Amino acid sequence: MAIVYQKSKGLTDVELHYCPGCTHGIVHKLVAETLEELDVLGNTIGVAPVGCSVFAYKYFNCDMHEAAHGRAPAVATGIKRVLPEHIVFTYQGDGDLAAIGTAEIVHAAMRGEKFTTIFINNAIYGMTGGQMAPTTLVGQRATTAPLGRDREHYGSPIRMSEMLATIDGAAYIERVTVTTPANIIKAKRAIKKAFQLQIAGKGFTMIEVLSTCPTNWGLTPVEALEWLNNNMVPAFPLGVFRDITAEEAK
Amino acid sequence: MAKELWKGNEAIAEAAIRAGCRCYFGYPITPQSEIPEYMSLHMPKVGGIFLQSESEVAAINMVYGASGAGARVMTSSSSPGISLKQEGISYICSAELPAVIVNVMRGGPGLGTIQPSQGDYFQATRGGGHGDYRVIVFAPANIQEVVDLMQDSFELADKYRMPVMMIMDGMIGQMMEPVEWKKPPVNPEDLPAKPWATTGTKGIHEPKAIHSLFIDPNESNDHNMRLDAKYQRIMADEQRYETSETEDAELIFVAFGTPARLARAAARLLEEEGIKAGVFRPITIWPYPYDALYQAAAQDSVKAVVTVEMNTGQMIDDVRIAVRGCKPVSFVGQAGGRVPTPQEVVAAAKSALGR
Amino acid sequence: MASGKVTFRQERCKGCSLCVSVCPAKIIFLDESTTNIKGYHPATVTEMDRCIGCANCARICPDSIITVERN
Ligand SMILES: Cc1ncc(C[n+]2csc(CCOP(=O)(O)OP(=O)(O)O)c2C)c(N)n1
Ligand code: SF4
Repeated sequence: MAIVYQKSKGLTDVELHYCPGCTHGIVHKLVAETLEELDVLGNTIGVAPVGCSVFAYKYFNCDMHEAAHGRAPAVATGIKRVLPEHIVFTYQGDGDLAAIGTAEIVHAAMRGEKFTTIFINNAIYGMTGGQMAPTTLVGQRATTAPLGRDREHYGSPIRMSEMLATIDGAAYIERVTVTTPANIIKAKRAIKKAFQLQIAGKGFTMIEVLSTCPTNWGLTPVEALEWLNNNMVPAFPLGVFRDITAEEAK
Repeated sequence: MAKELWKGNEAIAEAAIRAGCRCYFGYPITPQSEIPEYMSLHMPKVGGIFLQSESEVAAINMVYGASGAGARVMTSSSSPGISLKQEGISYICSAELPAVIVNVMRGGPGLGTIQPSQGDYFQATRGGGHGDYRVIVFAPANIQEVVDLMQDSFELADKYRMPVMMIMDGMIGQMMEPVEWKKPPVNPEDLPAKPWATTGTKGIHEPKAIHSLFIDPNESNDHNMRLDAKYQRIMADEQRYETSETEDAELIFVAFGTPARLARAAARLLEEEGIKAGVFRPITIWPYPYDALYQAAAQDSVKAVVTVEMNTGQMIDDVRIAVRGCKPVSFVGQAGGRVPTPQEVVAAAKSALGR
Repeated sequence: MASGKVTFRQERCKGCSLCVSVCPAKIIFLDESTTNIKGYHPATVTEMDRCIGCANCARICPDSIITVERN
């Protein structure tokens, strides 16, 4: 018998601390597998955020740097400018990237920083206990929006991929999800493409992954996948929002 | 070597490049903008990196990343921008990375004024950001000293793996003075290797992680205690100060930066009136030269200690700690961009002596 | 039809059931007769001969505890 699937060498043996069924773990695997397949683990520096994935620096089998909340793109900029031949990525949640760190991600994209951002959009602040995120859906309950997000009070969720796709420095931006094995394969392809374009020096690349937070959504892991498909995907359409290679091919 | 006339801010930038700094991140703010301007022109010429960031928050976090990647890196700003850098400074201290941070101070609080001030003494010497940490703080009094201390700043930052801050009032950044480049330029290639830097595992070593998270209280306590032991070592080994005419003085002025020059002028005026006054000038304001100041103040001849500052009285707290009540300590100063005159300093000295 | 074999690193299983939900052969279940050190009923398979080796379960497992082999 031949092995068709096993744990990626891109992950350390440290046990993930994520809640049962949280899709953060799936995305970790996809990044790890990509780095392993591209054979760049020894040449990669990852930047961990503040959020549930704060411990990402223990999980990836490459050098890691843990940033302050929202500042991962600035830290990654510092690293990549010093080590331009290395592969650099940030892994950030929606509070990290779309609230406190909005300026940092926008300007990293504007400068066309040649790193890859993995953006985990779970429509909530997971780590701090389910508070409202800028990506929380209208009507979705959060511990700081107990009656659901009110559009009058808080506006509508921010769509970061669409917004960043308007920036010239961005080379590739795609929104994916990991709710089914087929979607996971697609997400992996997107992540790999982003890293390949980084290696080719094309500019800023970001893959937004719609992700679950069963714990703070108050759902079982399987129900959470379904809720994501039914509620998040309509609000955050999947697809490629910017692909500099497609434009170049024209 | 011949002396050259340099503007303070440009001399700061040139001194950093000569000290082997090849990486600068910053954001414009008066009265320090000539530093990024100079860097933008001259860093590329030596193969270095200059980047104007979107904010001081971003700049210090770029410093954090670049330092982790092994670069000799600096940032500069003025007071409001240094406030924004405090988050990053706290992280850099905890992660134990070297960096040099220059603060060309202006008047505060708030937006304050663009005129020179020393209002950030507390911020620089008491931590400034969150958590238990210290940074080494140099307070040069003229442009030559800025230049002379720059290489030391980078070396101490590497030695102790922590930020070194250089603070000066905006006057030093804006004025021109003769400068002699005494030390030969540092070639960054010759600097010692940084085995802790995250530069990729190369498939040879275990992954390294730069971080400041110690979620376990025991680990966090151990980490803090280890940092504190380092700070204690620095307090023992790195104090710097200068004295002028303090021996057998009747009055001792204590001042750092520009006010130390005013205090010397005041001391000369007092001498004409038959009063012997000396000046004690801390060069490091953290670690503060407490014992040396005590020795000077405790002399039988000394009747009063007067601090001269361009703020409403901040260093005076350290002076009181140093003097331990053995002599009366009083303050003279101006805040918010006004510079005290030697005559005002003389008047304060006389009043301290009851004359 | 291809035959496969799945192995679970059961001590690391968090019993999230994602693998159960995507197995086309419907042979994965949480073993309620046992509890692992983390306090969960770990995922398991008894009718291994019905495994087709598609690796759906391993692909979706957030904790990377599943290895899949196939003929
Ligand atoms: C400056 C600062 N403000 C607030 C926090 C508290 N905090 C930690 S994580 C977090 C939000 C995390 O949410 P997100 O980025 O969406 O990631 P998730 O946990 O959902 O994966 C907050 C507000 C912090 N650590 N630092
Ligand atoms: S709180 Fe939510 S995002 Fe965080 S680990 Fe748990 S399920 Fe995942």
